[in-house]
Amino acid sequence: MLDDFMVRATLAGVGVSLAAAPLGCFVVWRRMAYFGEATAHAALLGISLSLMFEFSVFAGALFVSVIMATAVTIGQGRSLFLDTLLGVAGHSCMALGLIIVSFISGVRIELMAYLIGDILAVSKTDVLLIWFGLGLVLLLLIWRWSALLLCTLNEDLAAASGLYPKRENFVLTIALAVVVAVGIKVVGVLLIISLLIIPAASSRSLGSTPEKMAIFASLIGALSAILGFNASYVFDTPTGPSIVCVASLIFLFTLTFSLLTEHFHPRIKIK
Amino acid sequence: MLIEVQSLNVHYGNKKVLENINLSVSSGEIVTIVGPNGSGKTTLFKAIIGSAPITSGKIIMSPSVKVGYVPQVLNVDRSLPLTAERFLSLVNNRNDQGLLRAKQFLGSEDYLSTQISSLSGGQLQRVLLARALLNDPDVLLLDEATRGLDQPGSAEFYKKIEEVRESSGCAVLMISHDLHVVMSASNRVICLNGHICCQGEPQSVASSPEYRDLFGSNIDGTFALYQHNHKENKSRISHSNA
Repeated sequence: MLDDFMVRATLAGVGVSLAAAPLGCFVVWRRMAYFGEATAHAALLGISLSLMFEFSVFAGALFVSVIMATAVTIGQGRSLFLDTLLGVAGHSCMALGLIIVSFISGVRIELMAYLIGDILAVSKTDVLLIWFGLGLVLLLLIWRWSALLLCTLNEDLAAASGLYPKRENFVLTIALAVVVAVGIKVVGVLLIISLLIIPAASSRSLGSTPEKMAIFASLIGALSAILGFNASYVFDTPTGPSIVCVASLIFLFTLTFSLLTEHFHPRIKIK
Repeated sequence: MLIEVQSLNVHYGNKKVLENINLSVSSGEIVTIVGPNGSGKTTLFKAIIGSAPITSGKIIMSPSVKVGYVPQVLNVDRSLPLTAERFLSLVNNRNDQGLLRAKQFLGSEDYLSTQISSLSGGQLQRVLLARALLNDPDVLLLDEATRGLDQPGSAEFYKKIEEVRESSGCAVLMISHDLHVVMSASNRVICLNGHICCQGEPQSVASSPEYRDLFGSNIDGTFALYQHNHKENKSRISHSNA
């Protein structure tokens, strides 16, 4: 089954979307969008290092993402605001990564694949790695779900309940780094943040509880992956951007739907 | 002794927020912390619940002591769908009995199914208190819990607290700006301004010079503050006329 590149690509896209969507809900709730984006951009340094020293791109991206996100989390509040620190760290790593890549001959053409992904080139190992990452992220989120929600609401309330907000935040950091690492082959470092945010934003009006919102986000993410992949096949467009565009269309649709129901709701009630 | 704070110092960088704080809370006591804005009241609470870094000193609290904490504010992002009912069940050690009790405490309120982000200030405060009471706490920490409530609302809130203390015998450590309530309802008042200016029974604190420096001379604090402002306005007016 995995010998068919179509099957591999679909499995890879769905796997990354399923991992990104529930984590993306936390990114939206905690307003960590910029955190996610800077972490993803920093991963480019890991990719370039792995190309230079010829080890796994996945490991390189994961390593740099974890290091940067942890350093920023520790450093925040001391002298600079979080978004400033993220801007500095994320883009310094990215710039350094681009310079390193320029020293390696023949890689420059390949760079685009890491920026926007190259889902058609995923190998069997990649698919397994993606689904392993998906399992890890889901396990982490399910295990820490209530604690993470409470920390998201109010860190003092969480501390008073005997939780350690910093430790819970680290769980999110790790999950984010894993999603960035497994998402590189599928949508690349530039677009991975959209797989986190757009499905979560689309599902806000659909779910009345955090759990429902996360489940709807996962469904929307998976649907975007499948439809986007097929659209790219039919229209011969780049796959990663196509998946993101489908997700955006779904977002527009649910947004319009929720605005309309909000708008017409009072009138329906009067009838 | 439920909570014992020994020579606690909290510094943020070079800024000394709390200096040499010594206090203790025993069971059944109502202890109120008063002090001007920026006097370190919330930081002291954060140190007690373990979310503020302690520079030096000790906070002795047995792990078996259950803390119910009501924060000063709860800003819920509108992007997070969360009903009041789900919020109540959001604790580590699930406690069905406590959940039932919390719902009883809220009475026949129909806002349990309402989104937290669309509750009114008074409703949210009651939900926060109900959550703090979930685990049958030994001590309640209330950080300006009546902020944003009108006078009948805050009177009702304090009545609830009193009821809870009578029925469960828990201690209450609270931060309050309602000086008149403080004076009538507390066993002990701690006047904080970076360090502890004075502490003791409400009457003795109210008559101490340190307290008067901070809050004016009248025992009824709100009236004193009002008078103070009034004088200040007058002098400003006469000044501009001159």
